[in-house]
Amino acid sequence: MYDYSSRPSRLPLPVDERMASADIDLGQRKSIYRSLQELRQFEKRAHDLFLQNLVKGTTHLSLGMEAVAAGFGAAMRPDDYTFATYRGHAHALARGMEMGPAMAELLGRSNGVLGGKGGSMHLTDVSRGMMGSYAIIGAHLCIANGAAWSAQMRGSGQVTVCFFGDGTTNIGAFHEALNMAKVWQLPVVFVCENNLYMEYTPIDLITAVPHPAADRAASYGLESVIVDGNDPDAVYLAAGKAIGRAREGGGPALIEATTYRTGGHSRADPAKYRPLEEVEAWAQRDPIPMYHARLLGLGVAEGELSSIERDVAADVDAATEFAKAGEEPTGEALLTEVYADGSSRWRN
Amino acid sequence: MSVVTLAQALNGGLDLALEKDPNVVLLGEDIGRTGGVFRITDGLREKYGEDRVFDTPVAESGIVGAALGMAIAGLKPVAEIQFLGFSYPAYDQIINHVARMRNRSAHRFTVPMVIRIPFGGGIGAAEHHSESTESIYAHVPGLKVVVPSTPADAKGLLLAAIEDPDPVLLLEPIRLYRAVKEEVDEGDYTTPIGPIRVERSGDDITLFSWGAMMKETRAAAAVLEDDGVSVEVIDIRTLSPLDRDGIAASVEKTGRAVIIHEAPLTAGFGGEIAAVLAERALYSLKAPVRRVTGWDTVFPLKRSESHYLPGVDRIVHAARDILEG
Repeated sequence: MYDYSSRPSRLPLPVDERMASADIDLGQRKSIYRSLQELRQFEKRAHDLFLQNLVKGTTHLSLGMEAVAAGFGAAMRPDDYTFATYRGHAHALARGMEMGPAMAELLGRSNGVLGGKGGSMHLTDVSRGMMGSYAIIGAHLCIANGAAWSAQMRGSGQVTVCFFGDGTTNIGAFHEALNMAKVWQLPVVFVCENNLYMEYTPIDLITAVPHPAADRAASYGLESVIVDGNDPDAVYLAAGKAIGRAREGGGPALIEATTYRTGGHSRADPAKYRPLEEVEAWAQRDPIPMYHARLLGLGVAEGELSSIERDVAADVDAATEFAKAGEEPTGEALLTEVYADGSSRWRN
Repeated sequence: MSVVTLAQALNGGLDLALEKDPNVVLLGEDIGRTGGVFRITDGLREKYGEDRVFDTPVAESGIVGAALGMAIAGLKPVAEIQFLGFSYPAYDQIINHVARMRNRSAHRFTVPMVIRIPFGGGIGAAEHHSESTESIYAHVPGLKVVVPSTPADAKGLLLAAIEDPDPVLLLEPIRLYRAVKEEVDEGDYTTPIGPIRVERSGDDITLFSWGAMMKETRAAAAVLEDDGVSVEVIDIRTLSPLDRDGIAASVEKTGRAVIIHEAPLTAGFGGEIAAVLAERALYSLKAPVRRVTGWDTVFPLKRSESHYLPGVDRIVHAARDILEG
C-alpha cells in the first residue's frame, strides 16, 4: 500500500472568531444547532445499526461534515430544491425529512421514506424539495440544472442547491453542468464539499489545481468562493448570499466548502490512509463542540443546549424503534414501480 | 388529412404538443435556430420562443440530465440527441438515472420525458452516424423504446411518448425521414405504445421488422407475393414493452418467421423475438426461425454501406429457404 504518511497533512485553518458577531439571529443559530445535533446523532445511530447488521449493504456517512448541510438547510426556503449524493443523509434531514422513515429506509424496510426501494444512497422526499440522492458521480449536477430551468420557466422563485464532493470536479458532467447553468443563468447553487479525499486518494494528488471547485469557477464566469465548511455560520452566510442572488435572477453560484470526514469513505473503509496528525487536527475542528461553545459565548444557557441534545436523542430513539418495527420487503415488491402502470408486467 | 413525409409528421406532432401543453419544452444541439441536423424542429423556436425550444451545447450528459431534471420538476421535455452513436456520452444519465428514478423513489418521481434519436444507416457517414444499437436500450427496465416506420405512426407514437408518464426513447429511422409519404391526420391523436402493427396479413410466413428495414421488408414481401406466397408483415414498432402475444399469435397462424434488422446479429433484438417464438409458438413452427441482419462488424463507410445493410435479396432468400425447407 502507498505510504500516505510521507505525504504532508492538510491541516485546518483556525476558526474565524468574527463569525461569533456575524449578523445572524440567535433563534436561527439555535435552530442550526438542533439541526447539527440531528444530523450527528442520526448518523451515529445509523453507524451503530450497521454494526448490529441491521443495515444491509453499504453506507456513506457525513460525520464531521454536518455544518454544510445544516447551514444550507437553514438558508433555504421550504420549496427550494436539494440534490445530493450517496453521502446524503445529512442533506435530506436538513430539509426536514422525518427521521423515522429515513432510518427505516436505511434498514430497507417497507415503512421507509421510499418504501425500502431507495436505501441509504437514494434518500428522496419530493414533498420537502429533497429531489434525490444520486450515487454515480457527476450526473446529478446536470439534473439539478433541469429542475432549476423548470423553476425559472414557471417563475416560481425556487432555487436549486446541488451538493457534491471534491472528486466530482474532475468528471465531465461537472463541467457540462456549470457551463449550461451559466449560459442559461439558472437559479442553481453548486456546493462542493471538499473533504480533501476523493475516495481514498487525496484530492490534491489527482487534481490540476489546488482548490478543485473554486479554481475552476472562473472558467464558467463564476466567482471563486471558498468557505469554512466546518463553521455553520460561515456556511449559512455564504448560502444566504448565493441563494438570495439566484432567487433575484442573478444566476448560478459555485461554493467550495472545506471540511473533513471523521470516518472513512464508506463503512468498508477504515481510512488508514490519512496522516494521524491531520485526523487529530481536524477532530479539534469538529463543528459541533465549536458551535456549542459559540452559542454559550452568545449567552445561550447550557441547559437550553443540553435540552436540545436530549430532545434529539429521544427523536433518534423513536426513529430507531419505528424503523425496526417496519416489515422486510416482499418478493412481490420487486416487480413494482418499474413503470407508471405500477408494475413491470410487460417484461415479466 | 395531408400527404407528408415522416420528417414532416414529426415536426407536425412536436408543433401540436407545444401548442396544446405549455409544459412541453424541446432541447438539443442545434434544434432551435437551425431546426436540428435533420430539420425536425424547423420553425418551432420562431413559433414558441426560445424558452421552450432551445439550443444546448454539445454535451449529451448535460442535455439528458437537464431533461430529467425538468421532468421531475413538472415539465415534459423532449430532448434530441443528433445520432444514436452520440447517445453514449449520456449513457450514464439514461441507464443510471432516467430509467431508474421511478423505481428507486417508489413512484415519488414520475419521469415524463422523451429522448428523440435519429438512428440507422442511410447518410453514408459510418459508425456513430449510422449504427443501430437499439437492443442496448431495450434491455433496460424502466425505459420504453419505440421505433416508427411510417409518418402516421411517427406522429402518433411521438404524441403518445410525450403523454406517457415514463421515459420513452423515440428512435427515428434516418433513411425513411424523407423516403416515405402518406396521408396523416393533422389533428391530435396517439398511437398506443406497445402493440405491434400488422401491416399486411398473410398465412404462409411472417416477416418481422422495425424502423428503416421495414422498407426492404415490404419490398421483399411484394417479391414473395409474386411467387404466390401469402406473407404477413409485422412492424414491431415498440421494442419495449414488447408485444409478445402479438408476435406469437402471428406465427401460430403462419408457422414460419424471418426477423429482419440492420443491427449486428449477435445479441441483436431479433434474438429476443426468436426467443418469444421458441417459448410461445414452438409447436406451431414448420421451419426454423431465421434472422436477416447486419453483420457482426462496425458500421462501414458509404461505399460499403450496401454490403452491410440487409437487402431485399437476402430477405427473400431466407424466406424461400424456410418455405421450401
